[in-house]
Amino acid sequence: MAAFIQLFISGLATGAIYALVAVGFMLLWQTSQTINFAQGEFVMIPAFFVLWAIKILGVGFWPAVGIAAIASLLILGVLFKRVIVDPMLKHGVLPLVISTIALSIFLKEAVKDFYSSQAQPFPAMMPSEDLNLFGAVISSQSIFILLIASAAVLGLNKLLNGTRLGRAMQATAQNPSVARILGIPVERMIMYTFLINAVLVLLASLMISPIYLAKFTNGDTLGLAAFIAAIVGGFNQVRGAIVGGLILGVIENLAAAYISAQYRGAIPLILLIVVILWRPQGLMGRAEERTV
Amino acid sequence: MMDFLTSRAFKGTVFVLLVIGLIVLPFFLRPFGLLLVAMWMVHAVAALGLNLTLGYAGQISMAQGAFVGIGAYCTGLMTLAGVPYPIAFLCSGVLCFAIGWVLGYPALRVQHHYLAFVTLAFSTLVFLVMRNEEWLTNGIYGLTDIPRPVLLGWNTGKAQDFYFFTLLMTSILAFCVWWIISSPWGRAFVALRENPVRALSLGVDTRRYTLMAFAMGSSIGGFAGALYAPLVQFFEPNSFSLTLSLKLLLMVIVGGAGTFFGPFIGAATEVLLPEWLRIAQGYYLIIYAMLVMVLMMFCPTGIIGLGERVIAHLRQKKISSERSAQAQAMGADTADKKEGAGQ
Repeated sequence: MAAFIQLFISGLATGAIYALVAVGFMLLWQTSQTINFAQGEFVMIPAFFVLWAIKILGVGFWPAVGIAAIASLLILGVLFKRVIVDPMLKHGVLPLVISTIALSIFLKEAVKDFYSSQAQPFPAMMPSEDLNLFGAVISSQSIFILLIASAAVLGLNKLLNGTRLGRAMQATAQNPSVARILGIPVERMIMYTFLINAVLVLLASLMISPIYLAKFTNGDTLGLAAFIAAIVGGFNQVRGAIVGGLILGVIENLAAAYISAQYRGAIPLILLIVVILWRPQGLMGRAEERTV
Repeated sequence: MMDFLTSRAFKGTVFVLLVIGLIVLPFFLRPFGLLLVAMWMVHAVAALGLNLTLGYAGQISMAQGAFVGIGAYCTGLMTLAGVPYPIAFLCSGVLCFAIGWVLGYPALRVQHHYLAFVTLAFSTLVFLVMRNEEWLTNGIYGLTDIPRPVLLGWNTGKAQDFYFFTLLMTSILAFCVWWIISSPWGRAFVALRENPVRALSLGVDTRRYTLMAFAMGSSIGGFAGALYAPLVQFFEPNSFSLTLSLKLLLMVIVGGAGTFFGPFIGAATEVLLPEWLRIAQGYYLIIYAMLVMVLMMFCPTGIIGLGERVIAHLRQKKISSERSAQAQAMGADTADKKEGAGQ
């Protein structure tokens, strides 16, 4: 039982990180029909912004995080939208998918060629201690991740549902033309979702890099996890993506321990296929309408 | 001249010249160059298959690399066990046809991004099976010393012989794909892509054609794998990871989805260009990724689409210059008449 709790909690922590990434992924899809195949690389990159700032500029950890935050907002938020997404929107979904695949190659290769192809140690935001809870040993880092992720999700929820700005963003996602008629600056709302995505991937990057080490290939698994979480939970609901992320993290951990460590990666994929075939709108999602 | 550039005769000429060029080429290349060109042909075949599923029938698949892998393992394991190559070759295609048919079922229920993710998940699952089922696939160590076939007394063991064998098989497979595209099947696929609901109402059995599009595209991927195995003679699961599927997808779109020559051009940008651009060295992929992004921005129909656009532009120019010349001539004509009337 103690082992189960241990696995469950650490699974929840990883799941919370997946959830943040999945929420950002889904926001982009909702507001601008962008299936971001570079979302995993978006999580990998901010850690290298931090490392780069520490190495080149010689600043401490927290100032480096500040620099990474600015770089993420500018590059992964503003530049990504202006340079890649905006010119592509009129061409439809597939060319944009190809473009983001190319972007993911670009980011990976850039880190490999200009920084390092080796896994880099990454400083944790707080020291890791083992806590004893009902006989189970739980890392304080897991608790810390859960707290930060919950705070981020609650904050986002408050923003989307509790403020005028958030409701304007939701209106933009649901029906851009009507939103425009009602006087909502649709373009700016879309830009805000890109900025929110940039913040979410930055948080995820800061939390996951101390565990997995910063490496240019990290995005592969993270991106896949984000897709799966978003689809399993429901592609058009924020809470869907959160539930999806948590389920995914826990299932992955439990499957590795109780079913097969080799097929650890396979269980979420099977879950994905089953969910798509049985309930394509996701566990918590609404059905999308089909147009002729 | 411009009309000639888009005519059937021109396409035929290009095709014949290409084949002649590929036949003469081995006498000028070193073995490594031969391997590279053969590699290009194998990738082009796999991309041709994906083009059938994606470009013509409009069903997005991110699993083509997995089918190449299944085909390669099937042929590799069978020939290592002593089965004659032609049988192994056919088995690879049939096996991929069957698996592709099954993979088509999700496409009946979901479309677009969902389908992309189902096929992506399938591709990763196949990779995991290749890596973990050591009793069958030898796990991460892969398959080694895969024999090259001896056909009707022709030993294809040497690089040059195998090159010609690859060229022969590629031509046959390319002809099959061309035949499918120009048959009523091809038109039914396009109808499915353009408007599935309308196609259904016009009496196209969309269910059957969707499954067929997947099965046929996959089986051609399997044939590509069957050529790949004896070509490289050694491979391991990482050769067929998700990266290969994504690469093949890029090839089809970059070359020009829904065009016959698109996959050949797309495969050339992935396989041949990196070698010729050796100066760029490690930075090739960065440059390539940037070029793809720019291409998608300005011309989402790929390199073929770009070429067509240039031709259309030149033709427009020619027509307008002809018109102005005509107008001038007419103007001169009426002036002459006036003068005549004045006299």
